Parts: sequence; structure tokens; C-alpha cells
Amino acid sequence: MSPLLYLAQRGTAAILALTVAVHLATIVYAVRGGLTAGEILARTHGNAGFLAFYAVFVLAAAIHAPIGLRSVLREWTGWRGRSLDVAMIALSAVIAVLGLRAALAVYVA
Amino acid sequence: MLAVRIRRGEGPQGFQTFAVPRRANQTVLDVVTEIQRDQDPTLSYRFACRVGMCGSCGMTVNGRPRWTCRTRVAQVAEGESLTLEPLRNLPVVKDLTVDMEPFFTKWRDAHGYFEPGETPADDFATVLPDSAERQEVDAGIECINCGVCYAACDVVSWNPDYLGPAALNRAWTLVNDVRDRGQAERLAAVSTDAGCHACHSHMSCTEHCPKGLAPTFAIAGLKRETARAALRRFRRKA
Repeated sequence: MSPLLYLAQRGTAAILALTVAVHLATIVYAVRGGLTAGEILARTHGNAGFLAFYAVFVLAAAIHAPIGLRSVLREWTGWRGRSLDVAMIALSAVIAVLGLRAALAVYVA
Repeated sequence: MLAVRIRRGEGPQGFQTFAVPRRANQTVLDVVTEIQRDQDPTLSYRFACRVGMCGSCGMTVNGRPRWTCRTRVAQVAEGESLTLEPLRNLPVVKDLTVDMEPFFTKWRDAHGYFEPGETPADDFATVLPDSAERQEVDAGIECINCGVCYAACDVVSWNPDYLGPAALNRAWTLVNDVRDRGQAERLAAVSTDAGCHACHSHMSCTEHCPKGLAPTFAIAGLKRETARAALRRFRRKA
């Protein structure tokens, strides 16, 4: 693994440690009080802080997960080479696009 | 009497059992030598110094890699039985003898050798014993190349290309050698997918090293140093 990939994974891990905790707390808060979908969207609509937080979360996950998965696949399946790197870049793009789309959707809803 | 099961072939049937008398202060290597001299001269194993210096008598003793010349039977026998197998992660030549070539090839691949540079230094380098670099070197320099850490490492068993704890530990001692002129190449050599970043920090190497070294921390040092070097390159480009 190149040192830059290593640094990227460690750096995004630090971001995810915080954002995953906030994300889980948010889920518990929303579910425990019995908020309806309408009430949740009312809180997220036009909330720039919410959008910025989830954009950071999604991008960190999109960088972190494929780097880790690349190492797991190399060790456990013997998949190596350029095809693996291309697949992981594609996975990163999918996570980023789907995640940002979801965050944006509840922001503009 | 001690019941000694020795792996001489593959599978569950690959063991041969010998009965060996218990003796005072008997080492595992003494047991193997007694079998080879008195019971079966075809038994193959390897040793040289018998005093923990040469690193050639590594074997798997009751499932754990050990230097057998400094391992007393009393320390490791389970009841009155011993199970001896060759070191893991290395090709078996015969019985308890493994081919160490992949192990030493990886030392070379990790640039685990001193690189003096194109021109000789003008003068002796002054290396203070209490300097940070010298302390790091001292922590890892006593490796005897026995291969015990390499056999203990799960990452090597998953990824046969992985350079392994011993080679990376040696590379780390050289990264801290202020006289060495091959640092950029060495850091590049240990930054491949088979290099220091593949370590899972299980610490099996550190747990099993008979010399009490901590290759895990040497590998962590390489991770830090390669990251610093990458950041320096990144800043220069930016």
C-alpha cells in the first residue's frame, strides 16, 4: 500500500470515529422520540449544517472503505493488480454519489 | 520417558513418535539430537551453535515457534509429550528442516543491508549512544535471523509476498543508521503492498521473538517514516 493511501485511510478513520458516533446518536434521537418522516424532513430541510456534516461523512466513508476493502480482498481472494484498483475507485465513486445524493435529497426536500 | 511426536510427512498420519528419557536441564534440541543419534539417523534437523546465537534451530514446539536450543523441555512439555514440527510459512526440505531462502530473499527485497553510497565518507560518523536514532537501532539490532517471527506471523501465511517482521525490523534499524545513503530506496521498498502497511499489528512476532525484540514497533516506525517521507514529497510537488 502506498503511504498516501495509508495516510488517507488513517485520516478518514479519525473523521469517521466522530461522524459515525454523531450519526448513530442522531438515529437514536430520531427513532426514540417517535419522529415522523415529515418531522425529520422539517429538521433537515435547508439545514446547511446537516448537509455539510453528511457530506464530510460520506466523503470520508467513500475514501476509507475502498482502501480497507482493497487490503481485505488482496489477502483473502488473491485479487491483485489494476483491475482491483479500478474496481475500488468505482466503489468509491458509487459510495460518494449515492451518499451525497441522499444527503442532498433530504436537504432540498 | 518423554513421548516425542515429530512431523515427517503431511497430514494427520505424518507424525512419527519416539520415546526419549527425561534428563536434567534437557533442551528440546537435546531431545532431537538424542533421537537422531540413538534411534533414527535419517531424521533431518538443523542446528549450529547450541547457545542461542546462530538462529538455525527454529522449530514449532507444541504449536509455537521457538528456538529449540534455549527451550527447556520442562518449560514446554505438555504432560510427558512434545510435538515437533518444522517452522511455519517456509518450504519444508525434510522433516524439521525448512528452506530459509524466501526469508533471506525478503531481507534483500526490504533493502535490509547497509548502503554506503557512491563515495566513501570522509571521516568516521559520530553516533552518540544516547541519540534517538541509536536507541531505535539498539532496540532491534540483536536479531539472529532465526525465522521464529516469520513463522509466527499470520500476515505471511495469508500473503506469501509480505516481507515479514524480521526483514522490516532490519530495514528499520537501517533507516535509523545515520551513515546509510540508501534511505529513499529503502522506504520505497518497504512501502509496497507487501511492505510495512500490510502489518495487522497482531504482535505475534513480538510475542514469540526469542531475543525479546519488538518487530511490531519497528514496523510501526516504518509506517510513520514512510508517511512522513510521502508528505514531504507531496509538499514539494504542491
